[in-house]
Amino acid sequence: MYRYVARRLLATIPVLGVVALVVFGILHFSPGDPAALIAGDHASVEQIAAMRAKLGLDRPVWEQFAAWSWCVLHGDLGLSIFSNQPVSHLIAQRLEPTIALTLSTTLFTVLVAVPIGVIAAWRAGTWIDRTVMGFAVLGFSFPVFVVGYLLIYVVAMTLGWLPIQGYRKLDDGLGPFLTHLVLPSLALGISFMALIARITRTSVLEVLNQDYVRTARSKGLAMWQVLLYHALPNAAVPIVTIIGVGIAVLIGGVVVTESVFAIPGLGRLVVDSILSRDYPVIQGVLLVFAGVYVAINLGIDLLYVVLDPRIRY
Amino acid sequence: MFTKVRSLTALLLVAAAMVAVTAGDARAQGQKKIIKSVPIGALKIVDPIWTTAYITRNHAYMVWDTLFALDAKNEPQPQMVDTWNVSANKLTYTFTLRPGLMWHDNTPVRAADCVASIRRWGAKDGMGRALMGFTDKIEAIDDKSFRLVLKQPVGFVIDALAKIDSNVPFMMPERLAKTDPNTQITEVIGSGPFRFIKEEFVPGVKVVYEKFAGYVPRKEPASQAAGGKVVKIDRVESVYMPDAAVAIAALGAGEVDVIESPANDLVKILEKNPNVVVRPNDPLGYVLFMLVNHLHPPFDKKEARQALLWGIKQAEFLEVVIGDSKRYTECPAIYGCGTQNESRAGAEAFAGFNPEKAKALLKAAGYNGQPIVQLDPTDNAVLHPAALVATQTLRRMGVAVDVHAMDFSTMTQRRASKNPPAQGGWNVFLTNATMTGIANPLLNTFSLNCEQAWYGWPCDKRIVDLSRQWALELDPAKRKQIIGELQKVHLENVTYIPLGQYRSVIAYRKNLQGMIASPPLFYWNVEKN
Repeated sequence: MYRYVARRLLATIPVLGVVALVVFGILHFSPGDPAALIAGDHASVEQIAAMRAKLGLDRPVWEQFAAWSWCVLHGDLGLSIFSNQPVSHLIAQRLEPTIALTLSTTLFTVLVAVPIGVIAAWRAGTWIDRTVMGFAVLGFSFPVFVVGYLLIYVVAMTLGWLPIQGYRKLDDGLGPFLTHLVLPSLALGISFMALIARITRTSVLEVLNQDYVRTARSKGLAMWQVLLYHALPNAAVPIVTIIGVGIAVLIGGVVVTESVFAIPGLGRLVVDSILSRDYPVIQGVLLVFAGVYVAINLGIDLLYVVLDPRIRY
Repeated sequence: MFTKVRSLTALLLVAAAMVAVTAGDARAQGQKKIIKSVPIGALKIVDPIWTTAYITRNHAYMVWDTLFALDAKNEPQPQMVDTWNVSANKLTYTFTLRPGLMWHDNTPVRAADCVASIRRWGAKDGMGRALMGFTDKIEAIDDKSFRLVLKQPVGFVIDALAKIDSNVPFMMPERLAKTDPNTQITEVIGSGPFRFIKEEFVPGVKVVYEKFAGYVPRKEPASQAAGGKVVKIDRVESVYMPDAAVAIAALGAGEVDVIESPANDLVKILEKNPNVVVRPNDPLGYVLFMLVNHLHPPFDKKEARQALLWGIKQAEFLEVVIGDSKRYTECPAIYGCGTQNESRAGAEAFAGFNPEKAKALLKAAGYNGQPIVQLDPTDNAVLHPAALVATQTLRRMGVAVDVHAMDFSTMTQRRASKNPPAQGGWNVFLTNATMTGIANPLLNTFSLNCEQAWYGWPCDKRIVDLSRQWALELDPAKRKQIIGELQKVHLENVTYIPLGQYRSVIAYRKNLQGMIASPPLFYWNVEKN
């Protein structure tokens, strides 16, 4: 097991290397000039060239990649071209909102979607099942920003129950922290919830037809006990897989949610950096994202062992 | 059981403590007068000499001060300067600083700081470089006085030091001002009315300023960037919101106090809110214009460029970009309407919109229907809709238009290409600028010709000569005459095509009083009730 984990961790190195190379290549061969953006419209061609030279953007691309890779290998993600601040500092500043949003969305989604998926399986073919599945189709159909605007209009503007926008750190108090997360988590979580509910229903439905479930019921166990102790654990592997994949997708989805709700997270950082061609920041954030994806996948693989003792690495 | 109860009690105590701490913070914040604003853009760069970005200029006005500043009549007034004089031969300018000027690290402002600041600004800014070109030396006399000695008399020394458009000559401590102009400064220490709170700065998201207790304002009332910068609030929290509609909802609900530049298409929603004031902030506003590439057919021919003057209707652009006719005005003047250098000489084509004449001129220029490349920055809320109008306008004149959609960043690179349009170059693009940034031949980068020409690369030696004459001329009447000649030559050669002027608005809660009308939004003089 430990050898497996060590092997997987070692395997992340070439993955991150490939990600770094591809991201660097795409960025540096795509058009756009940060020096021109910084210098502004009143700058002369010579001034922009001087700025480009000062930023090291006039060097050959392979040389820039080598210099950046060397720094990354030494734990240095470089400096933002625009703010002149360490990329690691910028990422650290934006990490908390994104983690908070992703975790609150995941928690809220799992707590709602798994039970309704189980209930839909249990009541398969009834109006309850059809309602849950109808909700799932709707959830998939609404883009995040539409749900976001609707929630802002109804819950924040019309009813005045929650703030319209912004993010409060946990240091500012638990109340403001949570109230600022409710609407973004709902907006971001609706489609994720639909996905998990559908997968849970399918998995549990399959398990409910197994002999051991029939045996459990014939022993006289209550239905909730059968569902909770026999059906759900045996249906857990695909559910956990989809939750893991979903978290990775959520990290991509926070870009829109963070923009709509003015949350200063990593999603906005990467989009702003792409628009301004702040290469070191884009590269740094995408490396972090890649690392997170790898870690999530590893976590899911390890969780399989816990959920299904037949699985061995 | 006892352990569980104990844990629960501990948890409740922690929660209660957190609530108490939060409430305490809220009370402390509640006693302070805080303005929460949504700025014009995301502040990432803090050095106003390193970049010309307006968001950085606006930030800089909070933190740094200037030697001179433009008042509401756009006339230069002393700001950090107490007294100044010019020698009889008009070559030596001597400046003495006001007493009591302090940097935010509580050290006094010295003449040497100003000398270093002017040198750094003079290495970057267009008007600054022009001034430095005529400067023999600039030196400190003592801690409070310095002199600027010219090689020959020029008429724009004080205008340059008072300019309100980027790059503004902000005064910085000598140690910062000695930074290479192509390297961003690493400290934000000024002598302005607000202190920059470094610990709370999140680049691209949030910037916080607090009142600088050591600032000594001038005695005169505030007037645009000039006069007494009396701070009547404790703190400004400027948080950028990428979604314009959400920003407007937040202002309506009182979550923020000011939106410095609300989206044009959403202004009408704000105007219906009785708790919100919507009004133009910048007295002069912006100018929109079309650049054509003078290097490649068809616009390498003067007649083809002149055709555009006859075939374009400014109102069509302004109606699409702004919509509200009270906020825009048609204007053919290269140096803007409403400025000291307004001239309408040679602008007959603008008054006589005539697409047929435009077609005839294009034909005379040898245009035979080959596609022209127009750049369209689709992520820009002003330039993209204007580009759509330009496409239709050109097609109306019989021009085949190949629209290249891209983001603004890509356009900044593409427009610099002198290649033929089919090989990565271009024929046409639109841009905008503040009126204060184009109001005279030295400020107006876009009107420069030949070696100094901006993208489009126009070259008419008469413009170069007349611009130099204007810079050297000391007599206002003769300057005005030169401006008239420049205007005529610019339109004859079609350096670029003015598409009209418009004013942006600000929106703020009614409980704010004393907002100053100006291109940048200032937070001195503002009261929050």
